[in-house]
Amino acid sequence: MSEMLHAQNVAKSFTLHTQGSVTIPVFEGVEFMLSAGECIALTGESGSGKSTFMRMLYANYTCSQGSIKVLHDGDWLDITTASPHSILEIRKRTLGYVSQFLRVIPRVPTLDIVAEPLVALGTDRKTATDKARDLLTRLRIPERLWQLSPLTFSGGEQQRVNIARGFIADYPIMLLDEPTASLDVQNRATVLALIEEAKSRGAAIAGIFHDHETRDAVCTGSFDVTSFKVGAND
Amino acid sequence: MEQTVKNPANGAPDYNFAYLDEQTKRMIRRALLKAVAIPGYQVPFAGREMPMPYGWGTGGVQVTAAVIGPNDTLKVIDQGADDTTNAVSIRQFFAKTAQVATTEKTAEASIIQTRHRIPEKELREDQVLVYQVPIPEPLRFLEPRETETRKMHALEEYGLMHVKLYEDISRHGHIATTYAYPVMVDDRYVMDPSPTPKFDNPKMNNMAALQLFGAGREKRIYALPPYTKVKSLDFEDHPFEVQTWEDECGMCGARDSYLDEVILDDQGNRMFVCSDTDYCAERQEAGHRGPQHHDQPLGTADRGKAAE
Amino acid sequence: MTQMNEPLLRVEDLTMMYGDRVGCKDVSFELRPGEVLGIVGESGSGKSTLLRSISAQQEPTNGTVEYQTRIDGVRDVYQMSEAQRRLLMRTDWAFVHQNPRDGLRMNVSAGANIGERLMAIGDRHYGNIRNNADSWLGKVEIASERLDDLPSTFSGGMQQRLQIARNLVTSPRLVFMDEPTGGLDVSVQARLLDLLRGLVHDLNLAVIIVTHDLAVARLLSHRLMVMQQGKVIEHGLTDQVLDDPQHPYTQLLVSSILQN
Repeated sequence: MSEMLHAQNVAKSFTLHTQGSVTIPVFEGVEFMLSAGECIALTGESGSGKSTFMRMLYANYTCSQGSIKVLHDGDWLDITTASPHSILEIRKRTLGYVSQFLRVIPRVPTLDIVAEPLVALGTDRKTATDKARDLLTRLRIPERLWQLSPLTFSGGEQQRVNIARGFIADYPIMLLDEPTASLDVQNRATVLALIEEAKSRGAAIAGIFHDHETRDAVCTGSFDVTSFKVGAND
Repeated sequence: MEQTVKNPANGAPDYNFAYLDEQTKRMIRRALLKAVAIPGYQVPFAGREMPMPYGWGTGGVQVTAAVIGPNDTLKVIDQGADDTTNAVSIRQFFAKTAQVATTEKTAEASIIQTRHRIPEKELREDQVLVYQVPIPEPLRFLEPRETETRKMHALEEYGLMHVKLYEDISRHGHIATTYAYPVMVDDRYVMDPSPTPKFDNPKMNNMAALQLFGAGREKRIYALPPYTKVKSLDFEDHPFEVQTWEDECGMCGARDSYLDEVILDDQGNRMFVCSDTDYCAERQEAGHRGPQHHDQPLGTADRGKAAE
Repeated sequence: MTQMNEPLLRVEDLTMMYGDRVGCKDVSFELRPGEVLGIVGESGSGKSTLLRSISAQQEPTNGTVEYQTRIDGVRDVYQMSEAQRRLLMRTDWAFVHQNPRDGLRMNVSAGANIGERLMAIGDRHYGNIRNNADSWLGKVEIASERLDDLPSTFSGGMQQRLQIARNLVTSPRLVFMDEPTGGLDVSVQARLLDLLRGLVHDLNLAVIIVTHDLAVARLLSHRLMVMQQGKVIEHGLTDQVLDDPQHPYTQLLVSSILQN
């Protein structure tokens, strides 16, 4: 299995300047590797820093220490030191992320929001829109909603729009933050199928899953962030 | 050199020749020289208070006073006519303060001061045409800041002039500006021939006579040296056109001159006559007749004399 | 952004002093074609001063602003002749003001407002100018029949869209925006943001947008600069700056947003 992402000696702490500059260490010395075709579950109790670590992998959070290297267009790039331009490029073509929050401009139709990552990659609008229709259909978003902004949708519907948007482009590396939370059984099955398809095309996936069933169904391994918690080995 | 008018019987002995003192004339002449050197460029000058209100031709009068000499023959027209109040009083002003000969004949004049019109008869190299100008700045319509309009002239930023013409076409279907129609002078400066009707714009182009413009209130002088290229601004698909009339002059039958509409009575009867009274009279003398012409003419050539 | 790695704009050590008072100090950054840079900070932090200095409206006390011109290569905008600079400003650059009245001619029609830049660069065919204006009106979602109406008869949101059309008609590559959504209702803002984002993407515009609205900054900009007391105190990827702010002031700014 070929390596796609490699985090070495990563540490993270937050300094809260607005609260008396208290520094909150999260973890240190994290070593993490992700290879093509595998799906690693990030585990650890609530507050252990799973989401923080995932955001660091996406360069949404900075690293206090260490490096996170990503295979992008055949080159290893360290996202902790890469320029904003490179990070945007990496996110555009290499690194997909399904977050729990839907952040979109009001008024833009759901269909366009889902198709956008493909359009940004240069796919023609028709092909991209067709693929968006497919995904929205599979995720059971009723067609009558496609021309509406997802901001008016229910939480579960927004989550599925997020998933559709995250899976439309075949990113080599995918980060999934609780993709099945607040989904019913049928939709969860669809998401699991999507993850399986991504794995079989060789995507390297890291995810946070709130339930064992999902984790057991798709994951090839797990990674416990708790063991790197500052003070964990004291 | 002071040139005081000597004969108290005919002149105004307490005034300098042509009213203005020599220093003022010199200052104006310097402005005129600069204006001639930079065709179409507005030269600021220290305009004086004149014994007439702004709007009555104080700019033109100062220019005329600065260029007139004892041997000149002056013609003054307002709306093309020699016999209107403004024309008559300015003519009398110079007859009194400079004791120059005056005329109503375009061909006989060496200096012609005008408001609005350019005589129909072609002017010669030995003639000077002095315009009275109310608003010299063509860009003022859309740009109220003087600092900005000056910069626009300096940098040849004239897009705004076409914005005005664009508005005309979008509102009226054609360029509805009929007077103060902007022109490009010598491919460099945009100039406002205000308030001359656009009918006369083509006459400015390549004219043999020197053309001087004086704006009294705004204190600006500009000029067109003889044989200067003057092009009216337009669009490729809406080219510049002069006004045309379906009627002919009621008195002389002219079809090629600028016509004024005259209401004859309360019944709405009307006629068109040449705005250039001298041109009309000359044609009538040559035997041309319009449909309303009776052997006792309504006015034209005789009107001016009666008024004086 | 992919093909063009040459910066379109390079600002170096830009400082603007008003006597002893600092307008902005030691600001340096680069902007690439198609890139949107947000400048945030509270009122008086120097955002607008910086924008004016970069956009050649106010010569800085110190520092350089270099621009990759279409014809002459990289030029220092304050070393250009005034004629060249003004030409640049009305062709390859655009400036969208917070108040559309500052960016529009209120006494001429919408069509003339859009056509002005075309006429300024020598377009002399009325029909073409009008068609072009009409098509731009469509791009900013204003009905064709408003082409001959005065901007004063438009709503605030329409005026702002008209201002954008008027600016973009010459296909500029760099657009400066000063609080473009500032005076608008929330619903109107959303429409404008959507429109702007579409135009930025379709026309590959580089944009420097000054805003005090962090949500606007998040939705439009790739990179973010946070200013305080005339200095850039944090600068980076937009979501990184907003989600994991490092500087005390940025943390305060981000934590002050009302959640909905």
